Amino acid sequence: MEPIDTSLVDWSRAQFALTAMYHWLFVPLTLGLGIIMAIMETLYVRTGREFWKQTARFWMKLFGINFAMGVATGIILEFEFGTNWSNYSWFVGDIFGAPLAIEGILAFFMESTFIAVMYFGWNKVSKRAHLASTWLTIIGATLSAWWILVANAWMQHPVGMEFNPDTVRNEMVDFAAVAFSPVAVVKFCHTVSSSWVLGAVFAVGVSCWYLLRGKHREFALASIKVAAWLGLIAALITAHTGHQSGRDIAQYQPMKLAAAEGLYEGGNAQGLVLGGLLRPGADWTAPSDESKFLFHVEMPYALSLLATHEADGYVPGIRNLLEGGYTLPDGSTALPAEEKMARGRKAIAALADYRKAKDEATKSAALTTLRENFDYFGYGYLNSPTELVPSVPITFYSFRIMVVLGGYFIALFAGLLIACKWLPSWTRWKWALWIVVLTIPLAWLASQAGWVVAEVGRQPWAIQGLLPNVAAISRLEVGSVQTTFFIFLVLFTLLLVAELSIMGKAIATGPETDKPTA
Amino acid sequence: MNDISLLQHYWWFLVSLLGALLVFLMFVQGGQSLIWTLGRTEEQRRMLLLATGRKWELTFTTLVTFGGAFFASFPLFYSTSFGGAYWVWVLILLCFVVQAVSYEFQLKNGNVLGTTTYRVFLLLNGLLGPLLIGTAVGTFFTGAEFVVDKAAIAQPAMPVISSWVNPLHGLEAAMVPQNLMLGLSVLLLTRVLACLYFLNSIADEALRTNCRRRLRMESAFFLLFFLTWLLRWLCGYGYAWLPEDGYVYLEQYKYLHNLLAMPAVLGTLLIGVVLVLTGMITGLKGWHRAIWPAGAGSVLVVLALLLCAGWNNTAYYPSSVSLQSSLTIANSSSGLFTLRTMTYVSFIIPFVLAYIAWAWRALDRKPITPEEANEEH
Repeated sequence: MEPIDTSLVDWSRAQFALTAMYHWLFVPLTLGLGIIMAIMETLYVRTGREFWKQTARFWMKLFGINFAMGVATGIILEFEFGTNWSNYSWFVGDIFGAPLAIEGILAFFMESTFIAVMYFGWNKVSKRAHLASTWLTIIGATLSAWWILVANAWMQHPVGMEFNPDTVRNEMVDFAAVAFSPVAVVKFCHTVSSSWVLGAVFAVGVSCWYLLRGKHREFALASIKVAAWLGLIAALITAHTGHQSGRDIAQYQPMKLAAAEGLYEGGNAQGLVLGGLLRPGADWTAPSDESKFLFHVEMPYALSLLATHEADGYVPGIRNLLEGGYTLPDGSTALPAEEKMARGRKAIAALADYRKAKDEATKSAALTTLRENFDYFGYGYLNSPTELVPSVPITFYSFRIMVVLGGYFIALFAGLLIACKWLPSWTRWKWALWIVVLTIPLAWLASQAGWVVAEVGRQPWAIQGLLPNVAAISRLEVGSVQTTFFIFLVLFTLLLVAELSIMGKAIATGPETDKPTA
Repeated sequence: MNDISLLQHYWWFLVSLLGALLVFLMFVQGGQSLIWTLGRTEEQRRMLLLATGRKWELTFTTLVTFGGAFFASFPLFYSTSFGGAYWVWVLILLCFVVQAVSYEFQLKNGNVLGTTTYRVFLLLNGLLGPLLIGTAVGTFFTGAEFVVDKAAIAQPAMPVISSWVNPLHGLEAAMVPQNLMLGLSVLLLTRVLACLYFLNSIADEALRTNCRRRLRMESAFFLLFFLTWLLRWLCGYGYAWLPEDGYVYLEQYKYLHNLLAMPAVLGTLLIGVVLVLTGMITGLKGWHRAIWPAGAGSVLVVLALLLCAGWNNTAYYPSSVSLQSSLTIANSSSGLFTLRTMTYVSFIIPFVLAYIAWAWRALDRKPITPEEANEEH
């Protein structure tokens, strides 16, 4: 039988990454801007001031332009699980499909029904029904995020399932464990709050641009106050949940943590790398005489504290994870990667024996072997332990970009709120206004960097420890995937340019708050 | 709810219902395919696009939920068909990607691609979407070229369980006349429904006259293609399987036998056909609300056809190259626990339908006027 072409795996990954990264340009703005426009409309309904209505309508206009692109890229993402990862779809479809279906039934219909009322219903339903529709639109979008993040969290930390050798797949046995897994809860809070941060950065950035231009002053100041409060609260939640997420990674994905920290040689009382430069070309899969850093600054004990709650706690590095031999929190000794791969191959061979067995005794023996080694099933598809090491430079730098920018956003929102309250003249400081305007792309950079850490850091796994990418793909010609990759690239880029142009024009036109009301 | 067979039938019903609702809601696509045919002036085209623009997301969401529900309930289909018939599904997805931005972008300032480009996107989505979906669904009855070997998962060098045999990866379905005929029937049905929907939702006499004129021709062609397809479907071979061991075999008149074995499904089909014809005839006579009998009829007809594809021991996704690889609701479904959990979730569907009905009524209470079409949304 012809073996899998590894370039097929690479192109399938590239296509999924392309779609996911484009999709994630639009989704966080939808989630963040949605909350802002809903707050504005609530203020309109409470106060009856036309000003708030026009403010809400302006943000809604930008929301709509962006929302369409999120929908367009999202549909590809959902179906790519089938088109490019067909083996994955069978192997875990029994578990993974459920959140996607629930997302459709519970969230998508809510979103798509009420967004129509939100846009076309201003003169057709009552003020309160319209406000409810606006909130239900954003609640629908947020619920959608919940279910897709449940699915993603499950891939990072699979729970609530059992392998069925007769159907050759994993089957769900505990829905609550999947839907309310602590990893999923943290991931949801972290992702959604960071999206609110992005929406808030966008809103304050656009508002400061108006202040620079000397236009729509009342609108700009009102939007800054609302968005900065939202942004500050959300950024603090993001920081807190980021910390919790780090602890989850330490527990369930130690290789990701090691890559994010550039930690080759682990040990007790590990420091957290605050910043540094990795040595270009360093081999992260083998020891070397020279340091793998050109330079770095560490906060002593901080990584051990983060990962284990103890200043002298043990944190494994890449070498330790590959070679094993250290003591795990449950007291057992970590296996070397070679041993895990051997046990994985044993599990796969036992599955083959089970399916071929003609008598009950052989079947039972094969099943016992399979169960004893199933925890390492996915390792059986790997050819070398080095495949277990993700790209350290990408993970390391992305992690730092995310964290540094997260801290900067907290300072920015706090600064804006202080300035609005006690320094009314700040709106004349052009340099300050420009800083806020130029922060807009940084919000996307931080958001994308976060996902890069989450997804690149868990390579080579499609499902952590259970199914590597190489065993998850569809059997396609590489040329087909290359062709669709470039089709999507050109199409998404073209549509992004179109969106940016329309968005730019809408921002240039501005809100209608300055126009006299009829 | 511990009987997996019952749950498999229930989920096949739900997936079929979603498919049937999708075909009805594709009046949006039908309408898009008629932008320039019905809309002679810019004002008329704006009214047409405003009418479908209020509903496109519902159609889109139904398609996505149809995919999600299929994934959750019959993951082997999702895995085999999407991963194998790659090009058909990619083309369908591309059609829907360009639709998703077109309504929002077409009339906005700063629109670098130009209004006409987006309307061409809508036209493409309107023509190709129903045609390709109909053609792909045609393979539910005629078969597709795939092999499923679950034992492959234990071969680390090539662990992929589903393989597509034809290098065209799904495009070959368009070369089977029966599939193409179903695709054309779906396309024409969406255009019939679109004409009826516009009659109900747009208050412009000139446009209504255009719709009625168009309705006559679209209905005639639809009936020609659909009845020819139906006749061949009833008289042709179908893929049956034995409940004892899952053995799949060819059976002549299988779908006719299914209808006779399931009188409720036969009744659904007949009522559906009568309602579709009623909608067409009353629409031609000028009744503005004819979309409702025709729409309900479409749902019933498609539901009955899809139920015949999966119920009564029928392989709903037959393999024409490896009969025993064919997918049935028994060998391709999720496990008992997942189906049961999903069933509890499905109880929320009536609530979802209720708020959709409220929103539909709120927006469509008054037909669209030329003045409204010229407002910015």
